[in-house]
Amino acid sequence: MTSGLDVRGITHRYGKKTALNDIGFSLDKGTFCALLGPNGAGKSTLFSILTRLFVPDAGEVMIAGHSLAREPGKALARIGVVFQQPTLDLDLTVRRNLKYFAALHGLAGKDADRRIETSLEQVNMAERAGEKVRALNGGHRRRMEIARALLHDPVVLLLDEPTVGLDAETRNSITGHVHNLASEQGLTVLWATHLVDEVRANDQLVVLHEGRIQADGSAAEIAGDTPLQARFLEMTGGGE
Amino acid sequence: MRAALICLVAIVHREALRFVSQRGRFLAAIVRPLVWLIVFAAGFRAALGLSIQPPYQTYITYEIYIVPGLCGMVQLFSGMQSSLSLVYDREMGSMRLLLTSPIPRWWLLFCKLFASTAISIFQVYTFLAIAALTGISFSPAGYLAVLPALIVNGLMLGALGLLLSSTIRQLENFAGVMNFVIFPMFFLSTALYPLWKMAEASTILRDICAFNPFSHGVELIRFALYGQVDWMALLWVLVAFAIFLSGSLWGYDPSRSMVRRKA
Repeated sequence: MTSGLDVRGITHRYGKKTALNDIGFSLDKGTFCALLGPNGAGKSTLFSILTRLFVPDAGEVMIAGHSLAREPGKALARIGVVFQQPTLDLDLTVRRNLKYFAALHGLAGKDADRRIETSLEQVNMAERAGEKVRALNGGHRRRMEIARALLHDPVVLLLDEPTVGLDAETRNSITGHVHNLASEQGLTVLWATHLVDEVRANDQLVVLHEGRIQADGSAAEIAGDTPLQARFLEMTGGGE
Repeated sequence: MRAALICLVAIVHREALRFVSQRGRFLAAIVRPLVWLIVFAAGFRAALGLSIQPPYQTYITYEIYIVPGLCGMVQLFSGMQSSLSLVYDREMGSMRLLLTSPIPRWWLLFCKLFASTAISIFQVYTFLAIAALTGISFSPAGYLAVLPALIVNGLMLGALGLLLSSTIRQLENFAGVMNFVIFPMFFLSTALYPLWKMAEASTILRDICAFNPFSHGVELIRFALYGQVDWMALLWVLVAFAIFLSGSLWGYDPSRSMVRRKA
């Protein structure tokens, strides 16, 4: 058992189609793991299972030692999630959005205010707290969602293609920020993406294709002598 | 326990903010029953004779008869509106945020239900206040006694909305459901005509009306406005509430297929 994230034998079907087939991997505390796969590989299904939006047909998820099936409250309290699709109330202020989320985790009052200030400072958005989310650009909205995902001090941070639709500079800065969260604050990060350039050589890499794990190891090891992009295309049958 | 209460307050607050920001929704919720009361009921007054029946002690005008049904209608629309907002939440992703909270899911859904009931009650009292201005009023005790009836009826209709929202995939499908739920529930009930009047037209229609839980919600409100309890109606509404709530908890259970969607 790891103190981070343990995924064991997850299998899930939509009718006759097998979306995930015996998925298993393990992330230690402080690991940044890229879950790399082309569109339709099963990444979002896996995220729905990791966040208990639905339960898999078989397999188990352990979050910081807590089973998602047997102790959902304890397990969910230890994960922070950034969904692929933005989940913000556009007509509410940044602070009001964060307060709502804090309350969903049972946090209120001064404790919630303090956490909101701290997490906004971390993403350099403290001065935007009073603005309506509608006024923020895509990059700031994403940063805010990352700040929100960290409000309740999770152990594991799950991000489902968090840089979709962002420009290169913003993408780079968000990728860097989350890498720092893993290396400096010891967060266990699972970062789903289909963009190879977001993966660093020393990241753990899980390659998912057609619902199966094609590779699990350090990005440098998996790439070997070839560039990661070429290796990835090779494993996924020539790309998307 | 404290976390559950914090969660409840936040969800009610969010729904209230959303309600306040949608002024059109509030206006429609109030104008709709007023049109029925002032235009429809005035026209029907001459056409429809009502005999004395409980809880009324004397002959009443049609406007008086129709008010409890319109209170029910406000709650019916409000319950369905909440259901619509749940489907919208799911399409927009904020439902995911709610469902990944570590607070038990049944409590989160109850918070949503509680919020929608509270909002519907606010709308009903606003409608009753305007109705009073037009001369259709009840005793102060009646206004007080109707509150528990509105709570029970609001919970029942909110639970129906919750159940529908767990089965509806897309916003586009919602319009059809509105037609197939709101209109039949309203017209095939005792909101507009008493059961005996319905029986004159057709006994089958009367039986459907007598089965419709919305009829019992309306009767509960009707009796409560006169400080009485229609125990049979109360039982009927509570049973319907239990069935709708169980159905929606089943629908939102992560291990069931109802919320499974290919993301």
